[in-house]
Amino acid sequence: MMWLSPSESEALTLSLSVATRSVVVSLPLAILFAWILTRRQFPGRTLLDAVVHLPLVLPPVAVGYALLLLFGTRGLIGAWLERAFGVELIFNRNGAALATAVMSFPLMVRAIRISLENIDRGLEDAARTLGAGAFDRFATVTLPLMLPGVLAGAITAFSAALGEFGAVITFVSNIPGETRTLPLALYSALQVPNGESAAARLAILSVVLGLGGLLVAEWFARRVRRMLGR
Amino acid sequence: MLQVAVSKQLDSLNLDVRFELPTPGVVALFGPSGCGKSTTVNIIAGLAQADSGRVMLDDGVLLDTQRHINLAAERRRIGYVFQDARLFPHLKVAANLKYGEKRAAGRRYVSFDTVVTLLDLQSLLQRRTHQLSGGERQRVAIGRALLSQPRLLLLDEPLASLDRGRSEEVLPYLETLRDQLAIPMVYVSHQFDEVLRLATHIVLMQSGTVAAQGSIGEISLDRRLRSLIGADAVGAIIDGVVQGDDAVSGMTRVRVGSGELKVPAAGLTPGTALRVQLLARDIIVSTQHPEHLSVRNNLQGIVTAIVDDEAHSDLVSIDIGGTQIMARVTKAATRELKLAPGLPAWALIKSVSLRPISAVYPNG
Repeated sequence: MMWLSPSESEALTLSLSVATRSVVVSLPLAILFAWILTRRQFPGRTLLDAVVHLPLVLPPVAVGYALLLLFGTRGLIGAWLERAFGVELIFNRNGAALATAVMSFPLMVRAIRISLENIDRGLEDAARTLGAGAFDRFATVTLPLMLPGVLAGAITAFSAALGEFGAVITFVSNIPGETRTLPLALYSALQVPNGESAAARLAILSVVLGLGGLLVAEWFARRVRRMLGR
Repeated sequence: MLQVAVSKQLDSLNLDVRFELPTPGVVALFGPSGCGKSTTVNIIAGLAQADSGRVMLDDGVLLDTQRHINLAAERRRIGYVFQDARLFPHLKVAANLKYGEKRAAGRRYVSFDTVVTLLDLQSLLQRRTHQLSGGERQRVAIGRALLSQPRLLLLDEPLASLDRGRSEEVLPYLETLRDQLAIPMVYVSHQFDEVLRLATHIVLMQSGTVAAQGSIGEISLDRRLRSLIGADAVGAIIDGVVQGDDAVSGMTRVRVGSGELKVPAAGLTPGTALRVQLLARDIIVSTQHPEHLSVRNNLQGIVTAIVDDEAHSDLVSIDIGGTQIMARVTKAATRELKLAPGLPAWALIKSVSLRPISAVYPNG
């Protein structure tokens, strides 16, 4: 990208890479949780619902700190991950993806849940009488019908992941080329003298990216609506 | 044979239903709204759970709460046509039809092409479901259910969501299925006209229980039907046998018990069964052989019963060589003619008041 400086281009590719990883990993989980929260009745459902939504109401820095405690090298999960799989999440882009995934998870679950709640359960009953078992029904009827919500959730979460700041900088710090995504680069530019023009360029880049995301989302939504005849 | 004996406690209703249907055949669950008809078919399909009871189809047990057998709905091989069609909106008509076909188990007795032909679906195959009219949606829903090769077809008020007068876009197709595929059906309805057209058997339901059940001929004479369809619609329903055309009148001669009726219909092959409705209010009773009358039809028989109808009228049952018909006469007439069980009587029916309903399949 010739009109971007090497460091800008680095922050952009890193942001896209982190956001993509974050969405790819959290999407199946978000579908699972949306399904459990909509369709299952069990004790503790309200509590689970609250836990899923917690990142929406907590300061992002607090979420980052909690991740540090849990996934750090001496954290409960972090130590186990390293021992069992040799996976380290701290101070690298996978850790950044984890932080953005946790932060955008509630947005994703909400969007998917709304579309799941709008599905006529009668259609699933119809599939049953036609011989479709539980997984078959989910894959051939429920999932295609909740596709608008899944897409909306994925795109919202992707955009939110591009902009996540607090949780990322707390959990994985601000390392150029590894964890310095667009908002972190923007913040860093503002910390140096005469960095305003660099910051402005990064801000414009963020606007272009966000606008592009929204347009793509709208285009997808229209296509899916037409497919479903709404 | 379909055998159902189930009970379920609902919010405002204690459902306790027992009936049997010889297969092939079409049983109509007939009764007012909220009497438990839909819940009953949902239990047969496995979409609703009974508190206790049994559902047997031919030799297979679908549900037996005592023996803890409860076959999952998706393994019962029972087709279901819902009131609101429930076509999959993300699939085209052809893919909707194939959804059941792909998952069909057991003997395949009807092919995709046959269903498309029988239900006239060729021009709809590439359409999206929201582009279909109400009648077309129901035809696709029927086709989709059939292609899953069901052992039994349940239809829950399939015409109720159609505009008035649109039932002709669906009813003739259901008659075709009954006559050509001989698939057993349970048809839920609160419209007696639909029941008349399709059913071989009727289960009369009232507030969660079966009030009466039997062949359509038997039930048509049952007094409990009166409160459901109104006094004016009461009358015998007879599956007569077409004898041939009457050259003079241009009508069709139909054998009914030991007598013969001239029915306003044409072009029917001798030997086919023709269902005729003889409304009680249209029948005149005479105790002598009638002469010099314009009436085309008179059936000789024996009075079998006289029951109270309304304040000023009685219902007189007359046996015409094994077939029962019913006439409404005033109480004054009953007295003056000295009508009583065992006496000979003639039933006079104007041909124009006879309603041919539908030709029934010969092997019925």
